[in-house]
Amino acid sequence: MKYGILINEGPFTHQASDTAYHFTRAAIEKGHQVLRVFFYHDGVYNANALSEPQSDDRNIVKLWGDLAKEHKIDLVVCVAAGLRRGIKDQVLAEGFRISGLGQLTEIGMAADRLITFGD
Amino acid sequence: MLHLVNKSPFERGAFESALNMARKGSAILLIEDGVYAALKNTPFEDKVSAAAKDIRICVLGPDLEARGVDQVIEGVEVVDYGGFVDLTVDHTPVQSWL
Amino acid sequence: MSDEIQTEYDTAGVEKKFMFLNRKAPYGTIYALEMLETVLISAAFDQDVTLVFMDDGVYQLKKGCDTKAVNMKNFSATYKALGDYDISKLFVEKESMEARGLTQDDLIEVIYEDEDDDWAEKPAIHVKSRDEIAKLMEEQDVIISA
Repeated sequence: MKYGILINEGPFTHQASDTAYHFTRAAIEKGHQVLRVFFYHDGVYNANALSEPQSDDRNIVKLWGDLAKEHKIDLVVCVAAGLRRGIKDQVLAEGFRISGLGQLTEIGMAADRLITFGD
Repeated sequence: MLHLVNKSPFERGAFESALNMARKGSAILLIEDGVYAALKNTPFEDKVSAAAKDIRICVLGPDLEARGVDQVIEGVEVVDYGGFVDLTVDHTPVQSWL
Repeated sequence: MSDEIQTEYDTAGVEKKFMFLNRKAPYGTIYALEMLETVLISAAFDQDVTLVFMDDGVYQLKKGCDTKAVNMKNFSATYKALGDYDISKLFVEKESMEARGLTQDDLIEVIYEDEDDDWAEKPAIHVKSRDEIAKLMEEQDVIISA
């Protein structure tokens, strides 16, 4: 199965990004492909390199970057939603790229399943 | 079809909306704060039990554990993240009731 | 970023059924506006697009919204423009309207030109029952909701 993942909320405030992360890991472990993770609405904050969680807590931004590197997953931050919220190249964490909303439609077309994680 | 519900039925109408829209043969997976809808002794128990006759109702185990709750209504199936993935393989489309 | 990560997919000839499900009221949160932006972009991809408005989402189509005093961008006109993008299926759930004391007269008008009918102007907004929408949902390939 080929998956597209849509994340609508930022790290920590909502569980969405965590749930999406665990789902993505489980899908890969089962041998499925995750074609792209698209970050929209406040989801763009998952790409903020300035995020500094407490040292005894998970670093969600880094978890996504490491997962993308390990499994060659395309992490895309919506440019329009990002601009509104100040997520630009200057603060973009490793593993993420910024692109347009067309990337979400594209993955809806290319994947077998598009799963949304949000509020 | 797979319906995902992530909000407590006490907080939001999303669970009720999902129950209203879920047709025979579909599945509902309760995740995050949505797991509270899977518990015994709430005002939702009868609705959930009735729906479970035609719809596969599941609840995400890790989210139950995180919240320290485990008295799940009979007929509701506890799954892990792997089971979550399997549900998305078995059902399409997948709708998140946010 | 590594060259090895695939960032483009061949979607030539793919036509899927996309449903955009709007369940939230406008202005209290940004979801209505950003969903609309997604829909507009998706129009360029020639997919089979349906917009559904249910629960508080029906308020997104309410006539007479005036956002001057709250200093927020009024996007009612953007819904009206959907017809120009060949988006002709805006379905509003009857039960959600009734629960909120709304009728179709309370909603804005969205018009599209039917290329299969000599470009006749037709309304794009239709009131559908919960059952009709539930059935339609099951027929979709992709459901995007916020």
